[in-house]
Amino acid sequence: MSGILVFAEQSGGTFKATAAELLGTATDLAAALGTTVSAAVLGDAPAADLGGFGASKVYQASGDFNDYNTGAITDALAAIIREAKPDVVLAPASYAGRDAIPRIAARFDTAMASDCTGLRADGGKLVARRPMYAGRAYADVTIDSSPAIFAVRPNTFPRAESNGSTAEVVAVSWEASTPTVTVVETLAPDSTGIDLGSAGRVVAGGRSLKSKESFDSVIRPLGAAIAAGVGASRAATDAGYAPHNEQVGQTGQTVNPSLYIACGISGAIQHLAGMRTSKVIVAINKDPDAPIFQHATYGIVADLFDVVPELTAAFEALD
Amino acid sequence: MNIGVCAKISPHADARIKIKSDGSGVDTKGEKLVVGDYDEYAVEEAIRTKEAHKGAVTAFTVGATSDEKLVRSGALALGVDKAVLISDDAAVNAGPLGTAKLLAAAIKEAGCEIVFTGKAATDDGNSQVSAMIAELLGWAQVSQVTKFAIEGTSFTATRAMDAGVLQIVSGSLPVVITCEDGLNDPRYPKLPDIMKAKRKPLSKIGAGDLGLADVAATSSESNFAPPPPRPASRIIEGDAASAAQELVRLLREEAKVI
Repeated sequence: MSGILVFAEQSGGTFKATAAELLGTATDLAAALGTTVSAAVLGDAPAADLGGFGASKVYQASGDFNDYNTGAITDALAAIIREAKPDVVLAPASYAGRDAIPRIAARFDTAMASDCTGLRADGGKLVARRPMYAGRAYADVTIDSSPAIFAVRPNTFPRAESNGSTAEVVAVSWEASTPTVTVVETLAPDSTGIDLGSAGRVVAGGRSLKSKESFDSVIRPLGAAIAAGVGASRAATDAGYAPHNEQVGQTGQTVNPSLYIACGISGAIQHLAGMRTSKVIVAINKDPDAPIFQHATYGIVADLFDVVPELTAAFEALD
Repeated sequence: MNIGVCAKISPHADARIKIKSDGSGVDTKGEKLVVGDYDEYAVEEAIRTKEAHKGAVTAFTVGATSDEKLVRSGALALGVDKAVLISDDAAVNAGPLGTAKLLAAAIKEAGCEIVFTGKAATDDGNSQVSAMIAELLGWAQVSQVTKFAIEGTSFTATRAMDAGVLQIVSGSLPVVITCEDGLNDPRYPKLPDIMKAKRKPLSKIGAGDLGLADVAATSSESNFAPPPPRPASRIIEGDAASAAQELVRLLREEAKVI
């Protein structure tokens, strides 16, 4: 193996949490496979610092990556891959992981595994585990072409801690060749701005909220109390209680938090598809037969309008 | 305008997922098949684009020969004009990249200026093929689009990105647009249109017809299994205030997530 390359995504000069998650697991996998870890950085960010998370070398492409640009990410990352010649590329299953990374796989005529929720070294190869059929089946994926590309769901692996060391930074030049689009306007989210896909905590409301007003006055304060992302079931977004971009489920976002609190959500397959890998699931629902209770770690069978304000107050009372 | 749409036939969201006893895959025999959830938005947007700007819509499907019926009822009956079904053995084993190669070749041959796709398939959920088609054709792409309009040869699209950010972008055709939930409200077919769709042109072709010899996947899937079981849930009793207190205690002391 000539190495694992981690795409360390950054925003405004700060690495996203997935960078430390992927570098941590890459370091463990590289030890098992007898190979090394390097990182790819696009734009202005403290690249050398990634040495503290296990990267022995960091490839950095300069340029303005502040506005998301499919073509620029594809072209710059492709230049880094040509320079680093990795056997394996690990990328986050973020917007870029669904938008630019498959484009890179096609450019290198190689296969990719999307939305992986597990990675292991097996017989000198990397094997990914990933959900299919909206999380109702899981399968192993192996890739025989090089580089083998794996996009990993955020929060799948613990974040590595930096040991303070720095890595050699190699500047990589690149040329724009991919047709691109122009950003006209960026609309900040109406909600918390917490990225649901990588949030460590998510609170979500369903049809039982009955109105946008009660969603805003009951669910959002609960989210604010524990700095959680706010999500909603499809029934709730279709009814206009919450915007479409907050929908969690098969036709919405996939979340993978350590804590998911489902309030007034029955737990339809469509919803479970987006949140069933959450580590701890809390269900609050007045219907004791709601399917969500079969997936919950903790359940409270009661009206959410009685319990959630109490829960918000109890969280707020914590130190 | 020459409009393309890619539609994958996959099990209905409520279909039972039976895992084969040897773990080699999923058996969907006898389950209801439909055009994938996101692909429904793509079909609708393609038809709306035709209605606004004239032209014709071609649907492209890689799948089984038996998918013909679903392509007719789920695309042609709604207003798509013709369909290309790529359905030989090579197509079945193509994997995402091979599928993208087949679709890109068929789209090129049809001379499309714009292609709509769903953000992800509802079976494998890969979100790979659309971006790969754009790359193979050398086109721009906009992923996870929630609003879309064309004017002349320019387009404006709103894309749903990480952290709830919506971004309005503009560009020039040709482009691949991947459709996100909320983009439109897909129509239902009318009975007479289902009848008429049976006579609309649908060509069944294979990889060889597109000049592609080898599209075999370089990835393989194995060890299919149901999701790992979750520990039994614990129901917290008591009135609202005490249940809330007890939940917070458990989240802190037992689960250690707060």
